[in-house]
Amino acid sequence: MENIQQQFVQLFGTELGSMLFSLTTNLALIFAIVIPLLLGVAYLTFAERKVIAYMQIRVGPNRVTFFGIPWLRGWGQPIADAVKALMKEIVIPTGANKFLFILAPILTIMPALAAWAVIPFSPELVLADINAGLLYILAMTSMGIYGIIIAGWASNSKYAFLGAMRSAAQVVSYELAMGFALVCVLMMSQSLNLGDIVNGQQGDSFLNWYLIPLFPMFLVYLISGIAETNRAPFDVAEGESEIVAGFHVDYSGMAFTVFFLAEYSNMILVAALTSIMFLGGWLPPLDIVPFTLIPGFIWLLLKIAFVLFFFLWFRATFPRYRYDQIMRLGWKVFIPITLVWIVLLGLIMQLPESVRNLPLLNIWF
Amino acid sequence: MNRIKKFFSTFLLFELLKGMAVTGKYLFKPKITVHYPEEKTPQSPRFRGLHALRRYPNGEERCIACKLCEAVCPALAITIESEERADGTRRTTRYDIDLSKCIFCGFCEESCPVDSIVETRILEYHCEKREDFIYTKEMLLAVGDRYEEQIAKDREADAHYR
Repeated sequence: MENIQQQFVQLFGTELGSMLFSLTTNLALIFAIVIPLLLGVAYLTFAERKVIAYMQIRVGPNRVTFFGIPWLRGWGQPIADAVKALMKEIVIPTGANKFLFILAPILTIMPALAAWAVIPFSPELVLADINAGLLYILAMTSMGIYGIIIAGWASNSKYAFLGAMRSAAQVVSYELAMGFALVCVLMMSQSLNLGDIVNGQQGDSFLNWYLIPLFPMFLVYLISGIAETNRAPFDVAEGESEIVAGFHVDYSGMAFTVFFLAEYSNMILVAALTSIMFLGGWLPPLDIVPFTLIPGFIWLLLKIAFVLFFFLWFRATFPRYRYDQIMRLGWKVFIPITLVWIVLLGLIMQLPESVRNLPLLNIWF
Repeated sequence: MNRIKKFFSTFLLFELLKGMAVTGKYLFKPKITVHYPEEKTPQSPRFRGLHALRRYPNGEERCIACKLCEAVCPALAITIESEERADGTRRTTRYDIDLSKCIFCGFCEESCPVDSIVETRILEYHCEKREDFIYTKEMLLAVGDRYEEQIAKDREADAHYR
């Protein structure tokens, strides 16, 4: 690494060289995150189709394969879908605002990918180890809604507009519950840095993970996360049976695919955040030999896959919420629960030292 | 009491877990999909697929141009023209079925007094132009000649119930 930096300095001079060096390394790191992420998205769609199919006693995609290898049947499907989408025309409706119409998918995918910058994959493996990581994540995930609103408005279509309105209201209301649930995590870890949050869960076993003391918050966070990403059963923004496809009715080809990518990378992001904040990130479930041999990176991936499976399971199980029920759940159930839990947690944390050292309580506080 | 019970079962996500248990169970059940080109569902001898015109064993076409099928066809898919042949019998000169109109109801087959027009088990055929969907007398007879064995067997199997 140092050698390469010196070569850059020799080639371009001290100032320009070190600038170019940090630029190249950062670009390489960004690619190292984004490309596996997009591949993950592709295969998440495949996993989703397979899991939902299996839950409906079907078999799902099982035709497209690579080079005719029979045991890879179905695995070529996401690639085939991507190639098909690439070859399709992007139709811009006559009444649409052209600039905003093109801008909307970009605005949706940008924060979905940018948020990954602060995700720690292992103690050292993080692109930007900033102190306000959690705030950055919250800011980025709320940005995504602009893309959806702009898409709905720029399409100049009633269905798209309705979908955008629904989506905006839904995301705003669940952002609150989500934020409050995260406040509990902050109170436990005393830090906004995602790496520190994971380190705060270090201990002998999974009992130290925030999942156990903050279990209700875990549920609130998971459900709000599903609502945030507009996934079933909270997918009124898309609502195929009511408003066709919601905000992206008028999008086709690659523009549509970008929305699709954003939705799925948001899903993976929420799963990653859930694993980091409640399931101990890169920490193994038990701090004993067979588990500690597996690198932390793999543990995080396993946890993400686990949470994602729940996302798919929910989608296969639950019917879509009615719009007013969504609002009721967000405002009248989740926000009171989270507020009560914050107060409770604060009280527990302020208990005298002797009480906090009692067995069970001493694991977490 | 009931309200308290309901409150707790809602807050502990009891119903949701029950629903997820159902889908979770189905995840491991054997799948019922029929892998179509490799596997096929069994067909009844009464299957109503592509039409065919049959012949007698001596090679004479069965159709006597009574036009009952043309009359009964609810989709008006059959067109028949007939003439007296040299030996004094009435025969069709034209027997067209427009398959894009046909609804495969099987009325033509039922109305036929000589078992001439029949519907076969064939369902995997395709056309590339709309005009190709008009099956002429020659084409229908060709289908009948080709699949006569199967057609005769199916009629035989079903004869008991007629």
